[in-house]
Amino acid sequence: MLDDQQLVDRKVQSKEAKIAARGVNVHYGVTHAIKDVDVDIDHKTVTAFIGPSGCGKSTFLRCINRMNDTIDVARVTGDILIDNENIYDKKVDPVQLRAKVGMVFQKPNPFPKSIYDNIAYGPRIHGLAKSKADLDEIVEKSLRRGAIWDEVKDRLNAPGTGLSGGQQQRLCIARAVATEPEVLLMDEPCSALDPIATAQVEELIDELRQNYSVVIVTHSMQQAARVSQKTAFFHLGTLVEFGETGQIFTNPQDERTESYITGRIG
Amino acid sequence: MTDASAQPQTSKHSGSLLEQDARTRRRNAKEARFKAYGIAAILVGVLALIVLLWAILSNGLPAFQRAIVQVDMTVTQEEFDAAEGTLFKTKEYEKLFVTALSSQMMAAGIDANFEGKALERLLGKVGGTIRAYYRENPDQIGEVVTFDLAAASRIDRYLKGSLKREDIGPDNRFIQPEDFDVADAMREAGLLKQVFDWNFITGVDTGVDNPGGAGIGASVLGSFFMMIVVLFLALPIGVAASIYLEEFAPKNRFTDFIEVNISNLAAVPSIVFGILGLAVFIQFMHLPQSAPLVGGLVLTLMTLPTIIISTRASLKAVPPSIRDAALGVGASKMQSVFHHVLPLAAPGILTGTIIGLAQALGETAPLLLIGMVGFVARYPDTFLGGLEGPNSAMPAQIYNWAARSDPVFTEKAWGGIIILLVFLLAMNIIAIILRRRFERRW
Ligand SMILES: Nc1ncnc2c1ncn2[C@@H]1O[C@H](COP(=O)(O)OP(=O)(O)OP(=O)(O)O)[C@@H](O)[C@H]1O
Ligand SMILES: [Mg+2]
Repeated sequence: MLDDQQLVDRKVQSKEAKIAARGVNVHYGVTHAIKDVDVDIDHKTVTAFIGPSGCGKSTFLRCINRMNDTIDVARVTGDILIDNENIYDKKVDPVQLRAKVGMVFQKPNPFPKSIYDNIAYGPRIHGLAKSKADLDEIVEKSLRRGAIWDEVKDRLNAPGTGLSGGQQQRLCIARAVATEPEVLLMDEPCSALDPIATAQVEELIDELRQNYSVVIVTHSMQQAARVSQKTAFFHLGTLVEFGETGQIFTNPQDERTESYITGRIG
Repeated sequence: MTDASAQPQTSKHSGSLLEQDARTRRRNAKEARFKAYGIAAILVGVLALIVLLWAILSNGLPAFQRAIVQVDMTVTQEEFDAAEGTLFKTKEYEKLFVTALSSQMMAAGIDANFEGKALERLLGKVGGTIRAYYRENPDQIGEVVTFDLAAASRIDRYLKGSLKREDIGPDNRFIQPEDFDVADAMREAGLLKQVFDWNFITGVDTGVDNPGGAGIGASVLGSFFMMIVVLFLALPIGVAASIYLEEFAPKNRFTDFIEVNISNLAAVPSIVFGILGLAVFIQFMHLPQSAPLVGGLVLTLMTLPTIIISTRASLKAVPPSIRDAALGVGASKMQSVFHHVLPLAAPGILTGTIIGLAQALGETAPLLLIGMVGFVARYPDTFLGGLEGPNSAMPAQIYNWAARSDPVFTEKAWGGIIILLVFLLAMNIIAIILRRRFERRW
């Protein structure tokens, strides 16, 4: 079905695993949301997580920057290694980890502050800007990368919450890239965007791939096909299939994957 | 996917839209009834409020007025020396005063005769007041001085209409029926009049011999010092405790236990806090009795649960996505709370605090137990003295006045209620303004 899609270069540029998950299980109280997931996410690669609603994509994504720590009932077991360091090690400070692993949430959540402050907040608390001019530059660059600069450049002092849903989502993307993370986790970043903004965000993702690993959750198979080099298919909390995007979409090994991408489950 | 079923179905909504079906009519009637109940409830509330306000204002406003006798008089050096040379000095001054008063009455074309006793019934012992004035201000000897002398409380009430001529029998010790003629004459001459009684707002409590001179000022100050103590203790402690409980504390049995107990504390009757304050602050820690400091500490204990509950509610109302957003860009928990959550919760916290303070301001029972209902006839000299010296508070003063037998004090009690309500209203308005100012959408 995706034959007419122009697939991006499938060649994975780097063989070193940036993120390695081993035997990851997540329980929300009695709900077993992630079951024994092993996955290797490569450096300078875009990895797409696909799967039906409620299968645990967001949950697994949140394990990678330990956002599940903030949910009282969530219990994560297993190991996730980033650059060969176990992020669930007792010595790891999750705050430091999250500066390195940025996140764009499923629902846009700008701070109820000005557009400028939304972007500047991360660089400020991490001391990334030496001067006001520096900070201005970071803000402009980030907003440009979030494909929203032209729309907001005249009202940087307006509240970020006053933007439309799609603009808010791009603002959140810009906010996430402003802290220069090495890994960017994006949970359905384009679900509220029109095709033009979607194309811009996809362009950004492709650009980010030059330096970072990007993990993107998406419900759009076309988007997964367009932007990712690797695809992971989740179903009912298990990782059913993981491989080169081209192979997943043209020649899935598991019949559940095939049913999903051809539209029979989900 | 399954196709939509092909067989035709009769729609349940086939009637005309121009006429309401029975269900819609019933639903609308229900809605109309509900609205009527609501309006009736509001009307009852408004009516009760009007009756309350009317009662308070009609009883309390006279307390802000006071009858005075205003007389211009001149005492020459010779008169002063002569008076100081006699045995009954104040009698001499009284005579001088009567002369001045009579001549002014004459000038106004009104003839009335005074005997010393009548003057005493109308004005009390004026001789002493006048003598004291000239001894303190010898430079005024020979000048024209206007004396504003407080009229007796019965004359005051006569002018306000709460005392009628018919109420007084001929054997009354305090006032005689003919005194009213004198009062009427003086009023006609413009010497006896009603003025706004600043002394009621700024003055201090007085004994039963001078009910008209009693003021609420000192107890306003007492209340003010207590509020300072409450604000500076309850706000930081309450907010810190709430932030810890809401944002940092693990959710386990122990914190559940604490939470339940805070809710329970909010429901504890205030007199219990009073007796606790008596036992702990006064009997155990030996802090001074009747001091606004102790009153403030007791009210702090009482206000803390209110502040904690409202602060936690406003922290809870901040959407969790804001916390996620902050943590997601690598902010620490502390940064996420202080940079993002607290500013959003601030209006709610402020409102809760001010409502807690207003509650504390009107609280009487605990003050009775720590002795803040005493008779306080002077202002504190220093800030520290204001905190630890004996004082009363507005509601306690009102309680105290209401318990005295003289109807003038009852009137003062109503007037005190007006002042208390003005303060409460002002605090609530401040709460609303702060809310408006700090409220932000998210
Ligand atoms: N905070 C939570 N508390 C309890 N259960 C949760 C929580 N968050 C998610 N779950 C459960 O975990 C499972 C996986 O949820 P998750 O949000 O990861 O799904 P998802 O794949 O992201 O779905 P969608 O595509 O709809 O976003 C679901 O069954 C969900 O009900
Ligand atoms: Mg999700």
